[in-house]
Parts: sequence; C-alpha cells; structure tokens
Amino acid sequence: MSLLQVQNLVVEFPTRRGTLRALDDISFDIAPGEILGVVGESGAGKSLTGASIIGLLEPPGRVASGQIVLQGQRIDQLSADEMRHIRGRKIGAIFQDPLTSLNPLYTIGRQITETIMAHLPMTQAQARQRAIELLQDTGIPAAEQRIDHYPHQFSGGMRQRVVIALALAAEPQLIVADEPTTALDVSIQAQIISLLKKVCKDRGAAVMLITHDMGVIAETCDRVAVMYAGRIAEIGPVREVINHSAHPYTRGLMACIPDMDSDRENLNQIDGAMPRLNAIPQGCAFNPRCPQVHERCGQERPELMPAGATRAACWLHHPQAAS
Amino acid sequence: MTSPLVVAQDLAKTFDVSPPWLNRVLEGKPRQLLHAVDGVSFEIERGQTLALVGESGCGKSTVARLLVGLYQPTRGSMQFDGQDAHAAYRSVQAREIRQRIQMIFQDPYASLNPRWTVQSIVGEPLLEHGLITDPAGLKQRVGELLASVGLSALDMVKYPHQFSGGQRQRISIARALATAPEFLVCDEPTSALDVSVQAQVLNIMKDLQRQRGLTYLFISHNLAVVRHVSDRVGVMYLGRLVELADKHTLFSQPQHPYTRMLLDAIPKMHQTGRARTPVQGEVPNPLNPPTGCTFHPRCPQATDRCKSERPALRQLGGIQIACHHV
Repeated sequence: MSLLQVQNLVVEFPTRRGTLRALDDISFDIAPGEILGVVGESGAGKSLTGASIIGLLEPPGRVASGQIVLQGQRIDQLSADEMRHIRGRKIGAIFQDPLTSLNPLYTIGRQITETIMAHLPMTQAQARQRAIELLQDTGIPAAEQRIDHYPHQFSGGMRQRVVIALALAAEPQLIVADEPTTALDVSIQAQIISLLKKVCKDRGAAVMLITHDMGVIAETCDRVAVMYAGRIAEIGPVREVINHSAHPYTRGLMACIPDMDSDRENLNQIDGAMPRLNAIPQGCAFNPRCPQVHERCGQERPELMPAGATRAACWLHHPQAAS
Repeated sequence: MTSPLVVAQDLAKTFDVSPPWLNRVLEGKPRQLLHAVDGVSFEIERGQTLALVGESGCGKSTVARLLVGLYQPTRGSMQFDGQDAHAAYRSVQAREIRQRIQMIFQDPYASLNPRWTVQSIVGEPLLEHGLITDPAGLKQRVGELLASVGLSALDMVKYPHQFSGGQRQRISIARALATAPEFLVCDEPTSALDVSVQAQVLNIMKDLQRQRGLTYLFISHNLAVVRHVSDRVGVMYLGRLVELADKHTLFSQPQHPYTRMLLDAIPKMHQTGRARTPVQGEVPNPLNPPTGCTFHPRCPQATDRCKSERPALRQLGGIQIACHHV
C-alpha cells in the first residue's frame, strides 16, 4: 500500500482575468521508503505540487478537485489547524534556501526542540538530547556546542543540514524536499544529497525530491516524474526515464544538458519556451515545440499511457499510433 | 604568433572589511583585510574562451569585475591588446577601451532596467559612445542586434517584464554586443536559467563567437557548461588559481586534488544510483585562510609541507598547477 496517493489533483488560481489552472490532473503515488523525483523547468508546477501536499498553497490558490491521501487519510480538505499537526509529524519539509527557512532570532536548538515538543510527548531535556542526536546524525561537528548557535553562525551547507534535522525532528514518514541543494555549491550539494539519502533510508522515510537538476535525480531517486506546464509528461523508474525516455519533452530536456563525456559543437535545444498558464495550447501542451508533432496532438490531450517501462502522456505511445 | 588579447598579471584585490574606526580605537580591534583575489595571472588568446570555475567565494566574480574596470586592482595589472587596461580606464582613452570590453551579468531579472524599453536598453551603449546619433539608424542597428541573438526587431518596443528569463539574457547579450566589443566578460550568464533555455543561450554565444571572433572570459560554477564552452579552464580556490590547463587536459587528466574533487562532485546522468564520494569539508573563511596551501584542510593528500609552505603556480608540461604533490 502506498504512503501517499495524489489523485487527479487540480490546483487553480482565480484571477481577475479568469481562473488559471496551475496543476492539471496530477496523479502519482509514493511507496514507503521510496524516493520520487519531480523534475521540470521553472513554472512547470513542481513546487506547487509539493506545496499542495504539505498544505502550504498560497491563497488564492486552491485545490479545485482531486484528492491527496496520506496513509489512508485524506489531507487536502483539512483545516489549517488539523494540517498543522500533520505537517512536521507526518510530513517534513525542506526548502531551497536554508537561510530563510530558519528563524534568525532563535538558536537552532530552540527551533528543533520546539518542533520536537510540538509533536512528540517529550520533556525539554529529552527534546534537547534528541536535537543533539539529530544534529550529529546530519553530520554537524561538535553538536553539543553548535546547538546553541544562531543560524547566521553556520555556513550554507551546515544550515541545510540543520534544516534536514528539523524536518526529521518528529520522525515523519514523508519528506517533501523542494530544491534542497539548488542554493549550494556542487561539492556541498553532493554531501547534502548523500546525507538526505542516508537519513531517510535509516528511518524508512519516503522522499519527494523536487529539483530541476536531472543529475541529482539520476543519482538519488527510485522513480521520477517529469512535469510540463502543470501536468506530468512522463513518470517511471529513473533509469528508464533517463536512458529510454518515451516522451519527446523528456528526450529534449535530456539532450540539452551539457554532457561531460561527449564533445559537441552546439547543444541540442528545444526551441521556444514553456507556455504561460493563460495560454496553454490546445491538445498536448508541448505540441508547438515538439519535433514529432502530428495532427492529433493539436486536438486531443493525451493522458498518461504505458510506454515501455514508463508511462508517458504522448500520442506516440497510443496503441493505435503504431501504424 | 600573435600576442594574447588579454594578459592578467598577478591581479589582486583586497577589500577592507575592518570594523569602524571608533570600534577599532575603543575595542582595540585590528584592521581586517579580505584577500578576494590574491595574485591571479592568465592569458587569453584572441577568439578563445577562458573559463574560471570554483565554489562560491573563491573570487571568480571579483576577477571579472577587475577585468572590466569595475574594481581597481590592489596589485598587479591587466594588459588588453598591449596596453595597460586600468591605466586606460582612468585616462582619456577610457571610452575607447570600454567599447572594446563588455560584460554580461548573471541575473537577467536584475541587470535590465524595468522602466526602459528594449530599444533604450540595447541602444544606450550606441548613443553613449556616440556610435549612432540619428534615430532611424539607431532603430535599424538595434533591430540588427536583436536579430543576431534570435529575437525579433519588433521586440524593441517592449519592456523587460514581457520576456522570459532566456529572452532577457539575450537582450543583455545584444546590449553587450552593441559597441562591437572584442572581449566579453560573462559572469555566470546561464546559471539563473533553466537547462533548455541555457542550451539556447550557450548556442547563441558560441555562434556569435564564431561569427565575430569574440574572446570570452566565462565564469561559471557548472563544470559541464564550462567543458562545453571553453578552450582553457582555470580552477580557482580562495582567491588563487590552483590549476590552469586546456579543456581536454583538465577534464581527462585533472592534476590538482581540488580539481579532481570538483569533477567527482558532478552528478553523472547515466550512472544512476552510483553514490558520489562526497567532498569533505567546506570552503574556509577567507578572512582567516589556512596557512600554507589553503586547500590542505580538505585535501586527502595533505602533508606537513602543505600546512606550512604555500605552493606557487608553476608550469608543468603544458599546464599550470599549484600543488606540492604533482
């Protein structure tokens, strides 16, 4: 049984000029202990998917239809108060910028113990002990002293370790990590990714890893969902999606990443840009940029359909398209 | 053989980050100097691209700002086409040299004036340098510049907010190209962009280089991008060059432990599930750099000599390297 199920999720933003559909019919699930990557370009809706799951959609954004089920409990309709108990206890969150996700006026120890005591029945002393252990687990040297330091006394990489400790504080089963390494240098990025992988494995927590970096996805995730213009274009085991991409968008995205092993004079590029939310093309949203576009793409919107070992929303993989 | 277009010699920039005078007097705090760039030398041949890579805070952007004259060097000099650039920046020839050296900045959202139309943005350098004075000629030239970066001449009446990130970066490139420069300093030109857009911008930059024989200094922290665009690569660590080699040598046979570490840290796309050997440690505080080789606290091969003696950058079979162990 899956830990998290997202079914036909639609997120809309009512504006004066009409309602914008930012997420359109998103469905996926995450098994316990699994790492699901969500990848896409800016504006594809990856962070919004994460925000809907942790119940932090910015108003006026709202879940218009569909449901989010965590361990059999529907969480998309909970009140803010009920959601606060789930967030932290059952779902931990890690955001991109470690400086803005920590309160600069509190020591990190106070922030972590506060989180622990809000969710777990522990005394101050127990919570502090647990906070020290968490900091040690996330690789912060001299945790006993560092716990009384303020966020500005830590470097970017160390701060992100603190944020990971904070996300793990109440033993959640799911961690939503939104671009956890984007603000960090490559060398530090590798440390944080392997740390995230290790601590989640040790605790059996599942991770939804949102990033735009295919390289990070490739070495971290079990499965990956590729998003385009508010929809999932392709979803499947990470190796299959990378090596045998079924959707032309995934292939294009893979091809435009500069490769360390081959010399090319020019990179492949996908011409054009992702459509704006108020001007999503008819049919398949990718059809104006797609090299393999045909008549049906401009008329009918493809649903996710089996394509080799993955599932892709592309008419090329429709059973009747073989001819 | 022609002489290199750009020669940087022992460039250094020190920032005074001391506490205010009163605090120094009352609390006895010492003066504090931050050596952002500490003796960097390199040459760039005409029509070639030198890339500088390194982690945040290693001084690569300071080098860029030194080259375009946004900073005065504390020590050292930069020769541009045989003349001392920083002397020229201060003299009556400043306009001439500024026409020949232009810069592209990282963030296309911050580097374009939101209240100006594209025509004003791209046309400003033309008017400023008096290259074009009549309005019709200006329109035509701006149209040509926009076309050369893959935008339409019809875009010149629009404002920056009407463009996507990649298009804005192309506007920055068009603006930089307006004065027909020979040397472009590009400070992380694609790091704010998505990969698909990054590919578009990199392709345009390479095409322009081929057509116009441009010389680039390309600053990036992304080694895959650097490998794609550059001819030679300099690796910086805490304000110094630790290795400088041509692209193929550097990527196939990295010599300096830091270069090897950086290369190991890149996620490999087609080896899924392979655990990277994470790099140990972090960049030290540049206010209080380690003694000897500044990399020694993170270096797997560090010995006592590394802790006490700073290795100089020396020539070694076609590459330049600063390490005691190579």
